[in-house]
Amino acid sequence: MNSIYKASVAALALCAMTAPASAELTGDLRIVSDMSNPAPRAVMEGLAADFGALHPDLNIELEIVDREAWKTQIRNSLTANAPDVVNWYAATRMSPFVDAGLFMDLSDLWEEPAMADLASTKGALTLDGAQWGVPYTYYQWGVYYRKDIFEELGLEEPVTWEQELANCQVILDSGRKCYTIGSKFLWTAGGWFDYMNSRTNGYEFHIQLANGEVEWTDDRVRATFANWRQLIDMGAFIDDHQAYSWQEALPFMVDGEATAYLMGNFAVAAMRDGGLTDDQLDFYQFPQINPDVAPAEDAPTDTFHIPSAAQNVEAAKAFLLFVTSPDVQTAINSGDALGQLPVNAAASVSDDKFIQEGFEMLSNNASGGIMQFFDRDFPAEMASIGMEGLQEFMVFPDNLDDILERLEDARVRIYQ
Amino acid sequence: MATASANNRSWYKRNEIALTPWVFLIPGIFMFSLYVIYPILQSFWISFHEWDGLGEKTWIGLANYERLLGGDRKFEISFWNNLRWLVLYLLAIPMGLFISLFLNQKVFGIRFYKSLFFFPFVISQVVVGLVFSWFYLPNDGLFDVLVGKVGIDISGGILGNPNTATYGIIAAGLWPQTAYCMILYLTGLNAVDPEQVEAARLDGAKGARMLWYVILPQLKPATFIAFVVTIIGALRSFDFIAVMTNGGPFGSTRVLSFYMFEESLSEFGFRMGYGAAIAVVLFFIMLGFIGYFLWSMYQDEKGAH
Repeated sequence: MNSIYKASVAALALCAMTAPASAELTGDLRIVSDMSNPAPRAVMEGLAADFGALHPDLNIELEIVDREAWKTQIRNSLTANAPDVVNWYAATRMSPFVDAGLFMDLSDLWEEPAMADLASTKGALTLDGAQWGVPYTYYQWGVYYRKDIFEELGLEEPVTWEQELANCQVILDSGRKCYTIGSKFLWTAGGWFDYMNSRTNGYEFHIQLANGEVEWTDDRVRATFANWRQLIDMGAFIDDHQAYSWQEALPFMVDGEATAYLMGNFAVAAMRDGGLTDDQLDFYQFPQINPDVAPAEDAPTDTFHIPSAAQNVEAAKAFLLFVTSPDVQTAINSGDALGQLPVNAAASVSDDKFIQEGFEMLSNNASGGIMQFFDRDFPAEMASIGMEGLQEFMVFPDNLDDILERLEDARVRIYQ
Repeated sequence: MATASANNRSWYKRNEIALTPWVFLIPGIFMFSLYVIYPILQSFWISFHEWDGLGEKTWIGLANYERLLGGDRKFEISFWNNLRWLVLYLLAIPMGLFISLFLNQKVFGIRFYKSLFFFPFVISQVVVGLVFSWFYLPNDGLFDVLVGKVGIDISGGILGNPNTATYGIIAAGLWPQTAYCMILYLTGLNAVDPEQVEAARLDGAKGARMLWYVILPQLKPATFIAFVVTIIGALRSFDFIAVMTNGGPFGSTRVLSFYMFEESLSEFGFRMGYGAAIAVVLFFIMLGFIGYFLWSMYQDEKGAH
């Protein structure tokens, strides 16, 4: 009965969408969003207002919840009195809700011709052969560095691992650290592992590891850690990083005590706020380690989903089509809004230097693939145990055997 | 005639004295059962299942407990940390007593000092934790600067070093807890009988002997409350850990309540069954302590009658 009802609603929705855009939407559209920081919040409120202006008969109720709190609240929200549209993340991070049947299958929406321009992230939104959400933004990861210090020391952006190590030695000899990092909240170490592993063993291997198909004690994983350890043994990372959050590690870079930061593009705003100008700050792609593997990049995608208990599915789907359209994606990702990359290939990219570089990198030099990030590619329990081990490795690299055995134990239990 | 009049009165009227208290208690009992007893039983029930909090529960019997007690490293670390908390947190009681004795003098301006000592208790635990984590920051934190002057260098800072982090958090927790014990003892000291003190003084008691034989026995009720509150506070320590280290570094500061939260309610946790099993173990540990206190309180009252 329920499935018949759902199918007919889906069919109705499909008809509505193939009809002209002026099709009248009525009733209430309840949106719960975790875009709670000031700029994203303004974007979300703008989206709701613009969509409301297109559909005057539709009553939009927008509720914005704290981003961190939403990570636990979403479970209640989807089960009790579910809204029509929610924010979440792509890849494995969706799986608890997909498995529990709480997200609506949006495969029909993805068959719309307009969605072809979103193909780059279709994989990240696909689980069990169906699509469960639509992307609205993503951002690149990479090495943000102090261009002025590099110039002072006569260094070039490294392309190979040898260059990276040589650069780092020069930086260390000048009395600075090569990298700042704050690993108190663990995920920053996850970013390092994503790059070390995908550059050493390639994207395919990394995803196999994420899917539990490879043992953590595998020699290829050890090779990743051995490469990583070269930097640790040199003293490339700041001391005591386990005591800092990623923001607390920023002053090392701003003060010039450390020269680079492997981070997501959201760090640029904080660096600029810290007083670094665009002349002092630049960006390079994480260097190549194994020349035989194509570079894969971390580019986490933020998404919208429709709960399966949504009341106004027709309006919800129309809203999803609205936020994925090129114009809207251009607007919400511009430098004065989210300051990130639009997913829609037909959208235009903000003229911000870092967004341009990131777009260039992801479009032309990420042939290995796009990773969603350690805590989204790996299942939640594996991610939390894994990141704790990565943090321990960065402080006590000699514990590696013990750490890997622990992770392997966890893998055997979690993926059974 | 007498029996007839007794029969004329309704059953309720006849048992009014015995029943009325229960009638008044019904709403309380109902709420207590609904929001305290029932969830406890529910936790027991969930702990026998594997459940992600969303889908169907799968009955797995004692498997959660087998995993938990059969060498789960996180559990062992949490358990030992709980013991550390328990033992060291009790320092709040003598410290609180000492401060309250100090503040119980009749000196001009002592009220002002008293109010200063009240402060840590008034401030939210979250704020205390945050302030202490800045205090402990490596390199820039005041603590690191101070111990650096005497040549001690703790690698990673207090909170970044797995050997010291738990003690650093306990020290932060002791601050407000000491203030709380101090308040309890200040109240207790008000109730100390001045005639007994006077009599003891005439008998030549002073200093430590006066404290031990005359004052402390009269402070027994305050000590009892301080013990109960401190032990429960130590066992459910959560906020300090969440704010100061988030369980790190490398999970070395977890305690059972934090581990339970991590497993079942945190960003990466939806192993409700496993979390419930931890909760049940913690429940029994607490029950042991509370049971002991209730028993000793019962013994005391029996002795008093």
